[in-house]
Amino acid sequence: MTAVLEIEDLSVNFGTLAAVRGISLTVQRGETHCLVGESGCGKSVSALSVMGLLPRDARADAARIMFADTDLFRLSERRLARLRGDRMAMIFQEPMTSLNPAYTIGSQMTEVLRRHRGTSRGEAATRAAAMLERVGVSAPEMRLGQFPHQLSGGLRQRVMIAMALLCEPELLIADEPTTALDVTVQAQILRLLARLQRELGLAVLLITHDLGIVARTAHRVSVMYAGEIVEQATVAELFAAPTHPYTRGLLASIPVPRKVRRGERLGSIPGVVPAIDRTFVGCAFRDRCARATDSCAALVPLREMSDEHHYRCRLDPAWSEPA
Amino acid sequence: MTPAIEAVELSRSFVQGASAFAPPRRVVAVDEVSLSVAPGRALGIVGESGCGKTTMARIMLGLLPPTAGTVRIDGRSLATMDRRERARLIQPVFQDPMSSLNPRRRIRDIVELPLIAAGRVPRRERRERVMAMLERVGLSSATAVRYPAQLSGGQRQRVAIARALVIEPHILICDEPTSALDVSVQAQILNLLAELRATFNLTLVFISHNLAVVEHIADEVAVMYLGRIVEHATADAVFGTPQHPYTRALLASVLTPEPGLGIPDVPLGEGYPDPANIPRGCRFHPRCPIAIPRCRTEPPARAAVECHLASA
Repeated sequence: MTAVLEIEDLSVNFGTLAAVRGISLTVQRGETHCLVGESGCGKSVSALSVMGLLPRDARADAARIMFADTDLFRLSERRLARLRGDRMAMIFQEPMTSLNPAYTIGSQMTEVLRRHRGTSRGEAATRAAAMLERVGVSAPEMRLGQFPHQLSGGLRQRVMIAMALLCEPELLIADEPTTALDVTVQAQILRLLARLQRELGLAVLLITHDLGIVARTAHRVSVMYAGEIVEQATVAELFAAPTHPYTRGLLASIPVPRKVRRGERLGSIPGVVPAIDRTFVGCAFRDRCARATDSCAALVPLREMSDEHHYRCRLDPAWSEPA
Repeated sequence: MTPAIEAVELSRSFVQGASAFAPPRRVVAVDEVSLSVAPGRALGIVGESGCGKTTMARIMLGLLPPTAGTVRIDGRSLATMDRRERARLIQPVFQDPMSSLNPRRRIRDIVELPLIAAGRVPRRERRERVMAMLERVGLSSATAVRYPAQLSGGQRQRVAIARALVIEPHILICDEPTSALDVSVQAQILNLLAELRATFNLTLVFISHNLAVVEHIADEVAVMYLGRIVEHATADAVFGTPQHPYTRALLASVLTPEPGLGIPDVPLGEGYPDPANIPRGCRFHPRCPIAIPRCRTEPPARAAVECHLASA
């Protein structure tokens, strides 16, 4: 396997607030790595750091962010801009954040090819139409002449995916790509992404809050809480043997059809996510954790279940819920 | 038994888009819908965005007059009741508590307002009932003097629930009450609603696009598509043996947290149709994987399952 993206010890602060606190993860070629967590856990900020798209008031630090053989973290903005949209691309929850309402689909898509590849206008239009067809957009030539507002939400999402894949990137970062869509359209878009991944050998970093999406799309999963990855495992391991109390709490809180009986209480995690200061030490989950002790206020070790499954908690892997 | 809430042939259309550039379009959001919920039962209404489920909620709350049809509460027409009487019987909980709570009022005043509006409750009793209700929904007394912006999303939704229940209505209409919340908080709110439903013997209308949530809370389920209920049955029947092809597609699309199952292939066309331009015949036929020629010309009969093939 080849690592396409390797993040090592990435931290991002906004003033005194710590948004991301020393995360490390790897995305292999042809693999989907899901970064899952609740709002404010730092998953989107992590993704934006990779793309060099952090807001100006953010302060990032990392040992390295390797994209193939390049350390993105030490790359100049000019060289990073050359990679963005070419060898690595990003799609967002709301397609209108990356589609310009004032230009036609065609002019936005051909610009990508003309800028990164110096493709001629006519050739670019042909390739744009072919890519639209590939992502399942009907009447692609006609779509090239349309404006984003003339398309439905699902179609816009397809157009954004087509635009991101025009230059056949090695890495795709997808930030909640289907959250704004209806369930039927969501399934269609995720299926499309999975097919394109197989065809192109794409490495995908998928950011989501939805454990259903994680279960169905991920090869590897990182669970984020308050800026930290609290557990990382293959998808099968994570769902079969969730170990961090937060991961378990999260899994217990979703109603699973045919598994949780109607009216039965759902597991829930008391309290709310704390705001974490830059100087914070210890486990950020301790205030909401039934198993917390004084030792959780000190530095928490990273424990290994196996080479591919680790978690950050004082508890040993065999711990069980209090009766 | 008289239904707690009953909709009879409800319709609502809107005229939209009249501008210098576009002719006005008539959108039929709800199209001759009838349903009833027995006292103490929980009805879930599911469907995709634009199917008319929120319009249904607004009509049933008396916030929006129907173009045609009647809503009856405990057998009496909603249209004949004044605001106070309506408020005593039926209360809403909306998706986004930030936009449904007055940002300039303290929590205790927000929760007290329905009691003031209802009249006849002395001030001292109002305060007591507010504090008791806040405690009942799991909010500390310190929360009472705060403002909505000082609370988390989950706490704000608890306030919205407290406000709805403080005058002890018979019916609670929840429109996507947990859609803006994180899953761990969603679970807290769903548990709370289940408890309160039992305590106050509430009739619940629960609108959501999240089928797993509806399956968890509802006794019966109505599936809406383009302004009509295309299938209405018990939750066990709808989720266990769905009849309408749309219900089946909807259920097939749900991504349960079970690894190894992959992503379902949903055999529906790419987009949700235009409610200003409802297809002839069966309104679902352009996206239906099993449509026959008859579906293009003849609308299915009014039934618990509105489909030529399911009822055949």
